[in-house]
Amino acid sequence: MIVGEQKPLNEIVAMLDGHHRILISGCRSCVAICLAGGEKEVGVLAESLRLHSALKGKGWEVRENTVERQCEKEWVRELSPLVKETDVVLSIACGVGAQTIQSLYPDTRVLPGLNTSNMGAPDEPGVFKEKCGGCGDCVLHLTGGICPIVRCAKSLLNGPCGGSQNGKCEIGNDTPCAWEEIYQSLKRLGRLDLIERNIPPKNWIPSRSGGPRRIIRPEAVLTKEQKEAKE
Amino acid sequence: MRIIGYVCAHAGYAAADLAGEQRLHYSADVTLIQVPCLGRVDVTHLLRAFREGADAVFVAGCLEGNCHHHYGNFEAKKKVAQGKRILNDLGLGSERLEMFNVASNQAWLFKEVVDEMTARATRLAPNPLGARN
Amino acid sequence: MRAGSALEKALAKGRFAVTAEIGPPMSASADGIRERARMMKGYADAYNLTDNQTAMSRMSSIACAVVLMHEGLEPVVQMTCRDRNRIAMQSDILGASALGVRNVLCLSGDHQSFGNQKEAKNVYDIDSIQLLMVLHKMRDQGRLWNDDELEVAPKLFLGAAANPFADPFEFRVTRLAKKIEAGADFIQTQGIYDLERFERFMTMVRERGLHERVSILAGVLPLKSHKVALYMKNKVSGMSVPDEVIERMRKASDPKAEGIRMCVETIERLREIEGVRGVHIMAPMWEEKVPEIVERAGLRVD
Repeated sequence: MIVGEQKPLNEIVAMLDGHHRILISGCRSCVAICLAGGEKEVGVLAESLRLHSALKGKGWEVRENTVERQCEKEWVRELSPLVKETDVVLSIACGVGAQTIQSLYPDTRVLPGLNTSNMGAPDEPGVFKEKCGGCGDCVLHLTGGICPIVRCAKSLLNGPCGGSQNGKCEIGNDTPCAWEEIYQSLKRLGRLDLIERNIPPKNWIPSRSGGPRRIIRPEAVLTKEQKEAKE
Repeated sequence: MRIIGYVCAHAGYAAADLAGEQRLHYSADVTLIQVPCLGRVDVTHLLRAFREGADAVFVAGCLEGNCHHHYGNFEAKKKVAQGKRILNDLGLGSERLEMFNVASNQAWLFKEVVDEMTARATRLAPNPLGARN
Repeated sequence: MRAGSALEKALAKGRFAVTAEIGPPMSASADGIRERARMMKGYADAYNLTDNQTAMSRMSSIACAVVLMHEGLEPVVQMTCRDRNRIAMQSDILGASALGVRNVLCLSGDHQSFGNQKEAKNVYDIDSIQLLMVLHKMRDQGRLWNDDELEVAPKLFLGAAANPFADPFEFRVTRLAKKIEAGADFIQTQGIYDLERFERFMTMVRERGLHERVSILAGVLPLKSHKVALYMKNKVSGMSVPDEVIERMRKASDPKAEGIRMCVETIERLREIEGVRGVHIMAPMWEEKVPEIVERAGLRVD
């Protein structure tokens, strides 16, 4: 899922400068699971901002709402009556959610209360680790199920580098060496042959490098008639 | 001065009750809020108490390893830590909020908790929001 | 002859080759490099110029290489994958070759978190093995990676690094084979203190006949003090420093002299190992000791 973390409180407070009626909008999907922007987190942030407002005499009116998925227009449209009565929307969903709200309500300022970070998963409760590099050309079948693009600090495709020691990456922080993990996984699977051959330079076009990406599922695109019927 | 205490039925509240029975004097400025287990206490409850004007807030429940509902006290400990961070960010001071573990028969310890929080509330400036109420 | 470099010729003759490392300055003036070049001239077959080592911006490896060539020394340009993409690397190599550079060492590069500009975005478009493949194609096929024809192909003697002290140990020899497959002509290893482990590595190398397909230069790094020895052991990734070495440095009455003595001893032992075709001397911030080390080890080049 998408993993993120709320911005520090003082940063959020600074962003809200000049506004009075605030709507905090959360999401029940990824950010709820990484305990950053779900309903509970919206509640805690709301209380924190109300307490700040009371202490500093700012007179803020803080309202809360959490939608099912903030990246989908159908759900973000439900915010309409609330947005009408607010100066600013503080989104604590991921960057996609914040942008969706802004695009649906172009006349109301939307602030990002969350720093969207990566695509990952919890290895244990409360510990979320980056897993997928979103490179658009998956090679997990060649690396025993471990992403070399994002779990290796140097995105090596023919690793490990000379800094791998005791299964740890040279960058420290107890980061595991992805190539040690790849080696052990392929060994267990009996497929070390896969890393005996050299993998040539990667085509980065399907990744962020190639420009903002767009994927189309033709079977879901509405025909002209369908679009007209909807209106 | 106003001190709010979130206490669990099995330990915190029981100890407070016993203190009453044993005629152990503790501050009259304390308002106790009983919960079935400390696990029920959310960060929002802690922050709300300060918004309502509390000068200090404590959370008291079962000894670690002895929670009647297994891990409620550990969960509360983490929430108190989170609450402290927020209070620090807001400039109110993390000392105003604290977590304590008491056994149901430790009335004397309950009194000490109240004394400690009273001392802290006295030492720190009153909550500016206290005047409202 | 692939490039006809002095290093290549020395190895082809079967002589025990010597390379030494010079660290480029954090300066827009080449005076310091020139001084060190003059001091070290005649003691090695070729001199490596590091490429923004530990991710700190320093005078570029290619620029320093040109300075060295003016002084009559042969350079080994080092190129890491951290700061440049394939377009820039191929471009830099065409320029370097045109200016007379004949030896290139391909490296992954220290992660930028080691350096003084951690906030920089890293590149890592290709890795060191892929860089070997790219340069190999430029040299042997006269083409860029995308098959565009070069008007003139670069003349390059290609090198790669090997670290017998990193993990997983069993895979290190396979990785060496991969580098040879990708086009490596010579190898320079990480600094060796743990001779036992290095000997085990070389046994595995010989078992696969790799020592005959590539020229291996064993790395040595003289220790300055007990503190430095401990730092190498604990803080530098991919280094193996045995306790006996730490003890010797601790007990030494003149640690610097002891460090040089140990370095010379290591070189003498490395010469005895079958498959080791030369030595690569790294003495960061202590390059003035290289002539002494080379003399005492009986390796004077000319």
